[in-house]
Amino acid sequence: MAPEAILKILQETFPDEVTEVMPEGVHPHAVVRPDRWHDIALFLRDDERLGFDWLRCISGVDHIEDKLLTAVYDLHATGKPDTPGELWHVRNEIAIKVRVDRDNPHIPSVADVWPTADWHEREAYDLLGIIFDGHPDLRRILCCDDWVGHPLRKDYEFPMEYHGIPAVTEYGQTRPQH
Amino acid sequence: MSWIENRFEDNLIITSLDWAINWARRSSIWPLTFGIACCAIEMMATGASRFDIDRFGAGAYRPTPRQADLMIVAGTVTYKMASRIVRLYNQMPEPKWVIAMGACTIGGGPYFKHGYHVVKGVDLVVPVDVYVPGCPPRPEALLEGLMRLQDKIRRQTFARQPIEAATSA
Repeated sequence: MAPEAILKILQETFPDEVTEVMPEGVHPHAVVRPDRWHDIALFLRDDERLGFDWLRCISGVDHIEDKLLTAVYDLHATGKPDTPGELWHVRNEIAIKVRVDRDNPHIPSVADVWPTADWHEREAYDLLGIIFDGHPDLRRILCCDDWVGHPLRKDYEFPMEYHGIPAVTEYGQTRPQH
Repeated sequence: MSWIENRFEDNLIITSLDWAINWARRSSIWPLTFGIACCAIEMMATGASRFDIDRFGAGAYRPTPRQADLMIVAGTVTYKMASRIVRLYNQMPEPKWVIAMGACTIGGGPYFKHGYHVVKGVDLVVPVDVYVPGCPPRPEALLEGLMRLQDKIRRQTFARQPIEAATSA
């Protein structure tokens, strides 16, 4: 199915929630409000025309100029292979972006919709500080449990030392300030 | 060897004993099976048949630090890993040596400036005997590092050192 058709179905079902669609380009996507994102995710997965059963990746983006954080969900719909030797066939492909306020970043968790989201949401929480409401186990996944701050935020301050190990050099302090 | 260390002056018996013990130590340095990142691939190549670190007696990679003499820190050391490295180092019996392999381990490497999670050199955490630069170092470089470590072991002595000499050295 073409991205235009997928985005049309989505807009017809959730006219108030979908704020922006981009059917062209290398990354066709829709921007949705965070409030009913869990319902939209269930619809995307369970609707027979769409059938997005595979969450490929969750990316986090820090838009510091617009005071926004964005979670990008890349979705695939798998189907039976149509050529011999093919392992699976990607029927549909779309990305969903959820934008939230940078100072209060709360997005409903979709870990119960796609189990992939469990660790990916933990990573987005660890590195960007997006809080996924309803996540079964929202802990840091990469940094140490007692780490301070979220390192991939653009205004992140490097630690001067960690457990007695000197961390930042004078050279590290000269990085460009955002 | 604390039962004999610093008990005698530098005389004929000690010199011969030094030679024998250092020969034994440097000829069978057992490294710890400990690869953290991509440098570990080169360390594996060094241990395999083409380069064969066993020619220098250091081919018996031990799966436990309690049997190992040498820790080759092969890869990027993160703050999360640093505490584990210290624990492994403390579990190794004396005498023990450390080779810092690769740019990350020596001084943070490509993560020196923007790596918020990388220790800027493993010598901030454990004492390092030999540094092997490269990203990653070729197996020949690691063999060279091992031979320099053997040189270092060859110069060790049990004889009591004069205070001035020990402080100036």
